[in-house]
Amino acid sequence: MNAVMAELWPYLVLVLVGFLPNEIWRALGLVLARGLNDDSEIVVWSRAVATAILAGVIAKLILFSTGALATIPLPVRVAAAVCGYLAYLAMRRSVFAGVLVGEAALLLGGVLFAH
Amino acid sequence: MPAPNTFTSSAAAFFGGVKSALTSVFVLVLMGTYIGIGALAHDFGLPSWWLALSSMLVWAAPAQVILISALGAGASLFEVALAVTLSAIRLFPMVVALLPLLRGKGTRLRDLLLPTHFTSVSMWVESLRLLPAMLQEWRIAFCNGLSVGYMGTAVVFGFAGYYLAAGLPPLFAGTLLFLTPMSFLISTARNAHMMVDRMALVFGLVLGPVLTTMQVQLDLMWTGVAGGTLAYAAHRLREAAA
Repeated sequence: MNAVMAELWPYLVLVLVGFLPNEIWRALGLVLARGLNDDSEIVVWSRAVATAILAGVIAKLILFSTGALATIPLPVRVAAAVCGYLAYLAMRRSVFAGVLVGEAALLLGGVLFAH
Repeated sequence: MPAPNTFTSSAAAFFGGVKSALTSVFVLVLMGTYIGIGALAHDFGLPSWWLALSSMLVWAAPAQVILISALGAGASLFEVALAVTLSAIRLFPMVVALLPLLRGKGTRLRDLLLPTHFTSVSMWVESLRLLPAMLQEWRIAFCNGLSVGYMGTAVVFGFAGYYLAAGLPPLFAGTLLFLTPMSFLISTARNAHMMVDRMALVFGLVLGPVLTTMQVQLDLMWTGVAGGTLAYAAHRLREAAA
């Protein structure tokens, strides 16, 4: 019995602290979105909130990196992100080109300046 | 590449969505991101099937990264749940913005359950880009196909990263981890057609790190509410002045 519990415990944890606290926001969106048009003011506002939160996560992932990314110095990470964005603008708004240049810049900087 | 907007059946729309997913830039992003997450799950000693299940149930890369690293670091379950739910707040306005595109006259609530669960950054960005040009009757099937294409990619490459983990050098792993912020930055900028979205992007980029540095409680929530509302207010002021 205990062996079965030990085996199932990670999956129970996944549902309780992974799935449910994440899914609640999707469910709320489904319940509260009824009857809204995609050009209504509340939708424009909520898209702005979503964009701002995502932008905050992006900036934090770059500035306060953890794990393997933290072995690459902060100035290299920021410079690589700027290079990627400029390449995206320069190459006719190509997401692929921007990501590729950003990654190449990070790799180059990492080779030269990694801790 | 023109968006496919006419289909002969729901199945055709579904597979059109799968095809659209597998040929978009996000598939490369998901490969890189989930190879990194797979490596993380391996490092923290979680089963590979646990990772696959988390990709299907949680289906949000930032929440999965938080979940895996916090559980691995031995944080309390309450702390983990709180961190996950804070990272997931952004899903709420995404669902609110997506559903009006999917809902037609005869749409039942249960038809919207799957697209609601599937809502994540990659699917959301692509849906908002491709769905408006498409007939309403094919949108839900297309959206589900798109999501299944992305989720399948995430699960497969999660396994790949999990089993590659042992041999991944730090510089290479760091480059893979960088794929997430780099690609999300550019794709969000590309998707920001209106000035209000561009302002929200800039405000979020600044507010996120500032509020974290100031150790503001619920910093992610405040980044969104303050940054988004500020952008929205500026948008209303500009409209009123015009």
